[in-house]
Amino acid sequence: MLTVLLAIGILVLLSLIFGAILGYANVRFHVEGDPIVDQIDALLPQTQCGQCGHPGCRPYAEAIANGEAINHCPPGGQATIQALADLLDVEAVPLDGDHGTESAKRVAVIREDECIGCTKCIQACPVDAILGAAKQMHTVIADECTGCDLCVEPCPVDCIDMVEVGVTAKTWSWDKPQGIAATSLNVIATDRQAEVTH
Amino acid sequence: MQAAKLQTAQVFSFHGGIHPPENKTQSLQLPLGKPSLPNELILPLGQHIGQSSRPLVKVGDKVLKGETIAINNGFLSSFLHAPTSGTIAAIEERLIAHPSGLSDLCIILAPDGNETWTPLEPLDNWQDISKTDVLAYLSEMGIIGMGGAGFPTQVKLQGAHKNPLTHFIINAAECEPYITADDMLIREKTLELVLGIEILQHLVEADNIVIGIEDNKPTAIAALKAILSERNSQIQIAVVPTKYPSGGEKQLIQLLTGKEVPSGQYPADIGVLCQNVGTCVAVHDAITLGKPLISRFTTLTGDALKAPQNVEVLFGTPVAHLLEYADFEPKKLSRLIMGGPMMGYTLDSAAVPIVKTSNCILAASKKELPAPAPEQACIRCGMCEQACPASLLPQQLLWFSKSQEFEKAEHHNLFDCIECGACSYVCPSSIPLVQYYRHSKSSIREAREANVKSDLAKQRFEARKARQDAEAAEKEAKRLARQKASSNKATDKKKAAPEKAAPTAAAAPATTDESKKLKVDIAIGKSKLKKLQKQLLEAQENEHVEEINNLQLQVTDQEKAIASLEEQLAQMTSAAPDAPATNTAKASPAPVSDELKKAKVDVALIGVKLKKLQKQLVETPDDQELKDKVSAFETDLKAAQDTVSKLSESTQASTNTAAAEPKAAISDELKKLKIDAAIAKAAVKKVEKALKKAEEINAPEIEAIRQQLQEAQQRADELEKTLANPEAAAPKAAPVKAEPETNVDADAAKKRKIDLAIAKAGIKKAEKNIQLLKEQGKDEAEINASEWPSKLKEAQDKLAGLEKEQASEATAPSVATVTSAPIATANIDADAAKKRKIDLAIAKAGIKKAEKNIQLLKDQGKDESEIEASEWPKKLIEAQQKLAALEAEESTSATSVSTPVEKTAANSEAKVEPEMDLATQIKKEKIAVALAKAQINKLNKRLESSPEEADNIKQEIVATEQRLQSAETLLEKLIHSQTNMQENR
Repeated sequence: MLTVLLAIGILVLLSLIFGAILGYANVRFHVEGDPIVDQIDALLPQTQCGQCGHPGCRPYAEAIANGEAINHCPPGGQATIQALADLLDVEAVPLDGDHGTESAKRVAVIREDECIGCTKCIQACPVDAILGAAKQMHTVIADECTGCDLCVEPCPVDCIDMVEVGVTAKTWSWDKPQGIAATSLNVIATDRQAEVTH
Repeated sequence: MQAAKLQTAQVFSFHGGIHPPENKTQSLQLPLGKPSLPNELILPLGQHIGQSSRPLVKVGDKVLKGETIAINNGFLSSFLHAPTSGTIAAIEERLIAHPSGLSDLCIILAPDGNETWTPLEPLDNWQDISKTDVLAYLSEMGIIGMGGAGFPTQVKLQGAHKNPLTHFIINAAECEPYITADDMLIREKTLELVLGIEILQHLVEADNIVIGIEDNKPTAIAALKAILSERNSQIQIAVVPTKYPSGGEKQLIQLLTGKEVPSGQYPADIGVLCQNVGTCVAVHDAITLGKPLISRFTTLTGDALKAPQNVEVLFGTPVAHLLEYADFEPKKLSRLIMGGPMMGYTLDSAAVPIVKTSNCILAASKKELPAPAPEQACIRCGMCEQACPASLLPQQLLWFSKSQEFEKAEHHNLFDCIECGACSYVCPSSIPLVQYYRHSKSSIREAREANVKSDLAKQRFEARKARQDAEAAEKEAKRLARQKASSNKATDKKKAAPEKAAPTAAAAPATTDESKKLKVDIAIGKSKLKKLQKQLLEAQENEHVEEINNLQLQVTDQEKAIASLEEQLAQMTSAAPDAPATNTAKASPAPVSDELKKAKVDVALIGVKLKKLQKQLVETPDDQELKDKVSAFETDLKAAQDTVSKLSESTQASTNTAAAEPKAAISDELKKLKIDAAIAKAAVKKVEKALKKAEEINAPEIEAIRQQLQEAQQRADELEKTLANPEAAAPKAAPVKAEPETNVDADAAKKRKIDLAIAKAGIKKAEKNIQLLKEQGKDEAEINASEWPSKLKEAQDKLAGLEKEQASEATAPSVATVTSAPIATANIDADAAKKRKIDLAIAKAGIKKAEKNIQLLKDQGKDESEIEASEWPKKLIEAQQKLAALEAEESTSATSVSTPVEKTAANSEAKVEPEMDLATQIKKEKIAVALAKAQINKLNKRLESSPEEADNIKQEIVATEQRLQSAETLLEKLIHSQTNMQENR
């Protein structure tokens, strides 16, 4: 009888201890806000272009967290879809063509002699990447431009071009080898005498 | 001793490495060559790691040899100098030596062949001036690492100051096959090298200086040793065994110090600095000779060259020019490689120039460098792991790179890979491992850059949003401030208002306006508050700290504003009833007449109650209690009538003098009293019911119940008294002894009423139609011809019939209107009285309507005759007659009522007849007064609309006013006499 009571007592004690630990952990490690939204937001390209139908990347992140499809972000393209799919453990679907097509990175360029200084593009730019003042020529800070296209529409004189950012020697990156059964010319193998030393 | 020192330099080992065929001898057969000047020198602006230099020259500028043509563009950048004298031919995009085969901006210099040096300014006092100045000087001389990466030397030297250096290592290993440029440099410029090392040692102050050199360069080692022992130098020589890639910085450090550079760190972090021999010579040339970095030693080798050799070549020299110099055989060429066979890259074009990091041009034949074998599946042999000098797991990295799992690749220290190619070299499946790694690395770098950029974009986006919100909030705050200011002004006004209102008037409407405004303000404020709270919630969700603070401030402000507004409103509403109640505010006649009406209704009610009591009295003639009650009621009724007359007097007064009349307080009190009375009444009713029941069953507790009833009645009496109190103004008829009995059939009355209403509606319709016809311009004849006038007449007849019927049927006429006889019989019922009242009101309304229509006709410009011709004046007269008839009827009915009352009620001796006359007269006079007033109003209106007739109208007004006055005086007199009579009674 005593053993039974002892066993019950020990179990009760243990449950109380672990309950206390869990309760403490719940308070101590409480996470404010919705971390999944932040994680999704971090994967989105932050062009704030609105092509997904939301007024910015964070709203789309929130929408994804609430179950919207992950393939509505043309600037992010397939890479973003893949990343989101990995994060959310869902299937990576192809980009939804309704929201636009994936294109090479572009920046807005103002044909400055045509600019009338209306400041409409400045107001449209979601990242303040256009510099200028009323009746003064405007120009795009190319490094800050996300290529969102939002300034093109408001321009009354159509002096904004979206120009593809070409690959320079600095931004160039190595191609992925073609893989098995494909010849590659880029690897130099002087000799085939494999020799390993320690 | 020197020799002993040299031999003691300990050499360690590093993991992995390979031993490819060296192929170094070919290019060492010939002495150092000096190619002729090419036609043009192509000088890329980005020859180093970091930002491209900024050109200082324009096209067409004449430059001298060693002149600065481009300066650094930021910290991690470098200077560029003219390798020879000449003219700047162009600054344009040209193919550069880069694995991508892309173009970049280059300064094109057309040499003039004179090789005229710019005045050289050596830094002779380098030992005396500060090290920072020496470093700056080195930067200006365009010195960068000559080993391959092109890292600006002064940056590397600055970094070396982080930690005290234990080792200063000079990299002379030159481990890659084919390349002998450093070997040749050491042989040719041994002294310069040693002097350069000494200068650098002065700058970095390392404990040990070690030259690491592979044992396949005996001539160079011998030359070095000779010089070092000659100079009794403390520089040590560490001869390392030939093994690829011992020339790698980290590998050489491990070989010479036994220490491994931790992952992600730099050699300076473990107190080691490594410099290439070429850099040391360049430093020497810059400081002691004042020569900027404009040329280097480059190996020209490969089977496709008949005369492979090392050359000292000016930067910008096209590769094609050098190949030509080395007797190039294009037919033999399979691949043209910049750099060595292990780490170099294929050149697509021979037009690319030699830059500061170009140590070798390998024009390889097919036999030398066969096309790589096709990639095959990994067999997991593990040879790559054995070969890796960085102790990585190349196989794992391959999987991750292939499957694009870059994160995992990073975890396996992908970025510690030096891309030496040893793994690819040993791979039995010919997998181009390095290319996979390079691809992964660049993908990860791109992703990182994109991340940085997206973070920046996010930051800017959020900053913009915050700014916009702040702007909006500021605007809102300003607007609020304005609103507050205006409402404050209003409050001030309002505060002043009651004070002003007390003596003067016109406060009440002002205050109500004010309070209305305040209420609207509060509503607006509340909606704003709601909005702000919503925003706040959103902000909290999105964790915008600044916004939250801002919004919270706004919310509190808003709440305060609302609270203050509500306070104001409360003040206002409490002040509002006071003002009219206590002061002499100009009370409009309307409230007084309301009051009067109420008082009249009270009188009527009391009368009804009295009747009921009397009826009861008839049934139980010996009930003394009831008798008492009845008498008490009669007093009450008298008091009420007094009030009525007083009120009507005051009504006159108010209409004449526009004097103020208390209202709100009275009505409040009345209401309260009424409620009390109602409660008392309910109690009485209950007790009576019990009494009745008891009587029915002859219960013994009758007495007790009777007592209860008495008590309840007493209570009701008290209330009654309060109500009757002249102080409390209008007395309230407490329904003390209400008996639920009614003799008259309510249903019949209702039916009659409905009939009346229908008849009236018919009349109205007919009238309307006639009016319509008239408006349409049809003349009288036409209208008469139409069926409407006959219909109208029919309806009117019907109405008259109904009314007559009603009057005759009403066997028990009620007390009803204003000052009718108080004592009614028990047969009389309140409904009948009410009905009569309604009829009267309808008749009055009919008169009013007729008058209005006449006025309308007048306004439409119809002349008197036309108006006379229309049916309206007739109608008016008819209606007035009807009204008179009704009133007469009422008085007769009252008289008839009074007879039985006199019979039954012994106590009441009402002098009904004269009173009745008086009442009728008063009524008539009242009507006259109202008519006169209405006429005056109409005339005034007409005066406004037609100023040409002003004189006539004015005269009319004066006449009407006179009439009004006389009517009013008459009315007053009548009321007076009535009051007197009642009092006498």
